[in-house]
Amino acid sequence: MANYILRRLLYAIPIAIGVTVICFSLIYLGPSDPIAAVMPDEASAADVQRIREAYGFDKPVPVQYALWLMRAVQGDFGNSLQSNRPVLDELIPALQNTLRLAVFAAALSFAIAVVVGSVAAYSQGTWLDKTVTSFAITGVSVPHYWVAIMLVIVFAVELGWLPAMGMGTGSSRDWAWDAEHMKALILPVISLSLIPAGIITRTTRASVLEVLSHDYVETLRAKGLSEATVLRHVLKNASPTVLAVTGLQFGHLLGGSILIETVFVWPGTGFLLNESIFKRDLPVLQGTILVLAMFFVFVNLTVDIMQTWLDPRIKRD
Amino acid sequence: MSADSVAAAQAGEIPIGQLRSRGYWRSVWVRLRRDKVSVACAAVLILIALSAIFAPLLSPHDPYQGNVVKRLAPIGTAGYLLGTDELGRDMLSRLLYGGRVSLFIGLFPVFCALIVGGTAGIAAGFIGGRTNMAIMRLMDVFYAFPSILLAIAISGALGGGFSNVILALALILVPPITRVAESVTTQVRSYDFVEAARASGAGTWTIIRVHVLSNVLGPIFIYTTSLISFSIIVASGLSFLGLGVTPPTADWGLMLSTLRQAIWINPYAAALPGLMIFVTSLSFNLLSDGLRSAMDVRL
Amino acid sequence: MSDCRKNIRREPVTTCPPAPTESQPLLSVKGLRKYFPVKGGLLKRQIAAIQAVDDVSFEVRRGEVLGIVGESGCGKSTTARLLMRLIEPDAGQVIFDGKEVGMRDGMTVTDLRRHAQMVFQDSYSSLNPRLPVEDTIAFGPVVHGTARSKAKERARYLLNEVGLDPSRFGRRYPHELSGGQRQRINIARALALQPQMVFLDEAVSALDKSVEAQVLNLLLDLREEFNLTYVFISHDLNVVQYISDRVLVMYLGKVVEVGPIGDVYKEPAHPYTHALLSSRPSMDPEDRKKESPLSGDPPTPINPPSGCRFRTRCAFAEDVCARAVPALTPIRADGSWLAACHMIIPGSGHSRAAAINEATTGGTNG
Repeated sequence: MANYILRRLLYAIPIAIGVTVICFSLIYLGPSDPIAAVMPDEASAADVQRIREAYGFDKPVPVQYALWLMRAVQGDFGNSLQSNRPVLDELIPALQNTLRLAVFAAALSFAIAVVVGSVAAYSQGTWLDKTVTSFAITGVSVPHYWVAIMLVIVFAVELGWLPAMGMGTGSSRDWAWDAEHMKALILPVISLSLIPAGIITRTTRASVLEVLSHDYVETLRAKGLSEATVLRHVLKNASPTVLAVTGLQFGHLLGGSILIETVFVWPGTGFLLNESIFKRDLPVLQGTILVLAMFFVFVNLTVDIMQTWLDPRIKRD
Repeated sequence: MSADSVAAAQAGEIPIGQLRSRGYWRSVWVRLRRDKVSVACAAVLILIALSAIFAPLLSPHDPYQGNVVKRLAPIGTAGYLLGTDELGRDMLSRLLYGGRVSLFIGLFPVFCALIVGGTAGIAAGFIGGRTNMAIMRLMDVFYAFPSILLAIAISGALGGGFSNVILALALILVPPITRVAESVTTQVRSYDFVEAARASGAGTWTIIRVHVLSNVLGPIFIYTTSLISFSIIVASGLSFLGLGVTPPTADWGLMLSTLRQAIWINPYAAALPGLMIFVTSLSFNLLSDGLRSAMDVRL
Repeated sequence: MSDCRKNIRREPVTTCPPAPTESQPLLSVKGLRKYFPVKGGLLKRQIAAIQAVDDVSFEVRRGEVLGIVGESGCGKSTTARLLMRLIEPDAGQVIFDGKEVGMRDGMTVTDLRRHAQMVFQDSYSSLNPRLPVEDTIAFGPVVHGTARSKAKERARYLLNEVGLDPSRFGRRYPHELSGGQRQRINIARALALQPQMVFLDEAVSALDKSVEAQVLNLLLDLREEFNLTYVFISHDLNVVQYISDRVLVMYLGKVVEVGPIGDVYKEPAHPYTHALLSSRPSMDPEDRKKESPLSGDPPTPINPPSGCRFRTRCAFAEDVCARAVPALTPIRADGSWLAACHMIIPGSGHSRAAAINEATTGGTNG
């Protein structure tokens, strides 16, 4: 077990290195010279060269990578070409805002999905099961950014109950745990939870059905245990898979919130990413993606270790 | 071989009446045709595909020619069945034309990823050892990104546009297909019939062609069809973010993005392109599910 | 005899088989060895080896049925796979029909796989589920260059031979057949290349008893008709007794006893064979056994016991058994019956060595 965890940790190292390589190479994917792209048209060749040297772009690519990686490890992702502030200063508040959405969305989808998925499994084949299954497949088939717009149309445009965009008061980017801010959270969280809710519901239904098919459930009933106790056993055995899937969905929420953040003008990482793409602010783009991907690697690792801990049968090689 | 033992073999072990041999694919087809949901979804998809293909014949108006006076006309306006968009262009025509782009950038990457990922996965699974390690570890690196983020990162860095979106989408679809292809191939390779084929003196290519492909292509194909819906949603999402095709090209995702600005004037115009994406993606998902149970594939 | 001298550069073989009396053996195996690496630790390095097959030597005469028995995990199936070269052996010689397999002047692996074929235990997983059974049977001949129509013809002929009407069963898929029918297909497939020898790896073990009997009789019929030689691997001692002429007993990757089936079953020379045979339930209710003759599971083949591998479960184990590996020793002067036990090796140092030796040879005279 300890051995497995250690090996899993060691295994994450080459993955993390691969992730940094991909993030680093994003700069070179672009259609144009990254420096020329950000320099004003009237800049002289000497100016371009000066900037090139200042950023280390004149060195061989592997050296550039090493230098970039060393700075990145220390939290230095360079300065935003747009605002000239350190990327990290823009990233941290954005990450907090995204996390707020992701945590609520993961919690909401988990809560709904576990109840609904278990009910569906227990009533397999009935209309209730069919309804739940249809909703689950709708959740994963629906373009969630479109649902977000529809929610805005209904609850903001038509009914005027909830704000259509932003994070609370006006264009303020400061969070507070008050009613106004919480109201702003409702629509983004609902739209974000659609996909994970669909996926977790399907997983819960399938795992509970799988557990129910085992003979030991029959044995529990034969022993005269109450149905509530049986349910507890069933859920306990279904939980490692369901929790693992929820963890993974949480990771996907962090990276996948860009569309919802765009709809709601929510000042999170997705919004930051969107801006950096259109302003060709490569340091911000690179830094944001690196941090989100590392976060994802970390979430995956945690989920894996947690799953092993919950279910000792899993000892993958 | 004595006659009575033939009779014993045939009579004793299995009732013969129930055996009517059918090819595997034929029985899949028969089962699929019995599933009402699958048939309905297939019909919807064929309708959408045909209307996209014949968009020039079906469109009542030029999808790029706007009428400034009739901007954002509501659904049901005379001459404009589904209303007009923010530039006064006919919505119906734009939705028909939009299907061409949206379906193509949703489907083509899946096809590319199937070829690349399927080949890589089958190779990794069949060869095993270091080749397997190298291919699968490379895929793990791509797996370390949330897929939508990776698509946005790649098309963002590449600078958006039609072909870059296709490339970005294909790239995020390759790793999952490779994983599935690798796992089914590894499983098939462990079956005795592959050993038996080797024992018959067959070479590697013959074994792959006759024994491996016939057993892995089905599951890989099924898994790939389940990705179409995801691909369509992400493709439209990229267009929605402005990373896909550029205006004035008609595309469902892009239409959703521009009509979104007008929800305070005509809220329901934005509903239509999204609805098209939704119906298409849902139909693909349900059809894929139907196909999976018809083929009785467990992944 | 030149074969014997070749052994010098290989694993030492304990006994040089006696000169063939009537004809040379169809298959001769010498010093066959296979260790599977066990990987572990943080970096997945090899930390141990499973000694699946260790220094196995035996012969199969033309036309006979050699049964191989032993508990699960003793290396029976690995031996069959090594002989078919489905697994590369680490050491040892396999001489088929006088030609050494894999040697330049001997027999190629492809040739071997035409002359020897194999029937697997799992009748389902050994048939391609996407191929009509007739095509499965025809596959081997096609691979070896027979025209497709000729191969089909042969497949249909063989279907008839194994008791399945070709017009009714030929186009069926494996899932449309019962276990017994599938195993008949597997047998037909093995015969498609007109082999001289067939390895039957637990070929009837998964079948119902009644079907098992039918398939066993079919195998015996086919042997007569096609002049086949079988190596019949099974954990079922009764089935082996029914079908075999000679029996080879394996324990933890080593041969412990080999000899004529009647003799070995009547008076087993090796304590393991004895225990194995007495573990069979008796047909006589008066003769009920209260204690199991073999207790526990065999030790792991990763670090097998030193000396005699059976000593940890043997009632007669003494110091010598831990010190020295007992060689396969003739019980009968003509070498037709051998066992690897210190008790039958005169002067081995085991307290019962001489007495047991005398008793055994005396009892099986004739």
